[in-house]
Amino acid sequence: MSDRILIGTRKGTFIAQRRAAGWRPELAGHAGVGVNFVARDPYTGTLWAALGHGHWGAKLSRSRDGGASWEDATQIKYPQGARHLAVPAPSEDDAPDAPPAAATLKPATLLKLWVLAFGPGGRIYVGTIPGGLFESHDGGERFDLNRPLWNHESRGGDLFTSEGTGVTHWYGTPASEGEFAPGIHSIVVDPGDPNRLLVAVSTAGVLETRDGGQSWRSRNRGLIQDYQPDPTAEWGHDPHAIALCPGQPEHVWQQNHCGVFYSDDGAATWRKVSAPGRGVHFGFPIAVDEVDGRSAWVVPAISDMQRTAIDGGLCVARTRDGGQTWEALRTGLPQEHAYDVVYRHALAKSGDRLAFGSTTGNLYVSEDRGESWRTVANNLPPIYSVRFE
Amino acid sequence: MRPMARVQLTKHLHTFFPALAGDELVVTASTVAEVIAEMERRAPGFAFYVCDERGRLRQHVNIFVETERIADRHALSDPVGPDARVFVMQALSGGA
Repeated sequence: MSDRILIGTRKGTFIAQRRAAGWRPELAGHAGVGVNFVARDPYTGTLWAALGHGHWGAKLSRSRDGGASWEDATQIKYPQGARHLAVPAPSEDDAPDAPPAAATLKPATLLKLWVLAFGPGGRIYVGTIPGGLFESHDGGERFDLNRPLWNHESRGGDLFTSEGTGVTHWYGTPASEGEFAPGIHSIVVDPGDPNRLLVAVSTAGVLETRDGGQSWRSRNRGLIQDYQPDPTAEWGHDPHAIALCPGQPEHVWQQNHCGVFYSDDGAATWRKVSAPGRGVHFGFPIAVDEVDGRSAWVVPAISDMQRTAIDGGLCVARTRDGGQTWEALRTGLPQEHAYDVVYRHALAKSGDRLAFGSTTGNLYVSEDRGESWRTVANNLPPIYSVRFE
Repeated sequence: MRPMARVQLTKHLHTFFPALAGDELVVTASTVAEVIAEMERRAPGFAFYVCDERGRLRQHVNIFVETERIADRHALSDPVGPDARVFVMQALSGGA
């Protein structure tokens, strides 16, 4: 179990350290800067932070001394010739009889760094908006766009060298910085086979590679999208987060816009396991046990219409049987006037410990697998990311 | 003799690039693009703070030559006259 929690917030990176008197969070860098994600590379010990400067763009930052000092890392840039099909969002200014706008080819520029993941042998992966997976094989000295995923048929084919098909099934996310573009927010590496990766895209779905990123296929069978006429379409899904059990890597969990989904066959097929009657349905983050692939935790929110805690009371829901039953865990969490929203990267697990942070700047920690909780901080900036070191 | 520009940066950028701190930087440049290239030479990484990877001025950054906002935000081809002052500022639109 880790004694340090890395916290990315709207106004900087914080580190909470466990001491005899309890957990104590302190500002550790990037004061005033948006930190979408901060995590430690377990293979090298380097801390990495995905920054979003309001004026100066998205920047990758790293610390080689445990967060005491930070430096700009090699920056992520879309290569010359990287284009994507952008689907303009409808506008009130459109003429009343105007047909839906066609997708247009657009040069890609970095809008947001959203998530990092790490693998053995210097592998580092960065998920971006618009829809890029950047990979390093040398510990982050150099990053390259994964072209097979960028050129995937689901998003119009190879737009570096051709005009492609003109059709993309990747849509957008309001989490992008001012532009409605797709984003890669989840990257999981199979610890038993580092050539196997799953990525999740808002809004498209889940894709898997088993050959180290040379080819990708959709992994959306069984998902339901109740905001489309064809709920079982291959693409257009809105995974909010996915998590893979390191000890049982065929067990994969997904908090989706349209419910909680579980797969015990490596994401080949998904089963909807949420229980709307018990409040387990909508939300953003999901955590899975490191050993038991049937145990998972979510932080339910009321619905996609309100996106707040249910009835003003915050709870974490846990299943230990692959989603057949859920327990609501409320001990120690506020049960009145709580409007905490927990973003997709803001729930983490390490051994018996769990931690989560909310957009209202509250940080909660459990030492007993979620049975009981303690409030560790109340007045942090809006929290985007919580990871055990 | 090539014209010299006098460049003033928002103090916000001094935080990230201490090598550029000071009231005014004197550079040899005849266009705004050359000003940015010289800043990048003095402080590697600077250009990607001010421009995106296509070389376009970022949405929430403004550059003025004397009191005029530059016209060419894509290629920064605006001329810089001899002894002109160039200001690199953050735009109010980018704050939060």
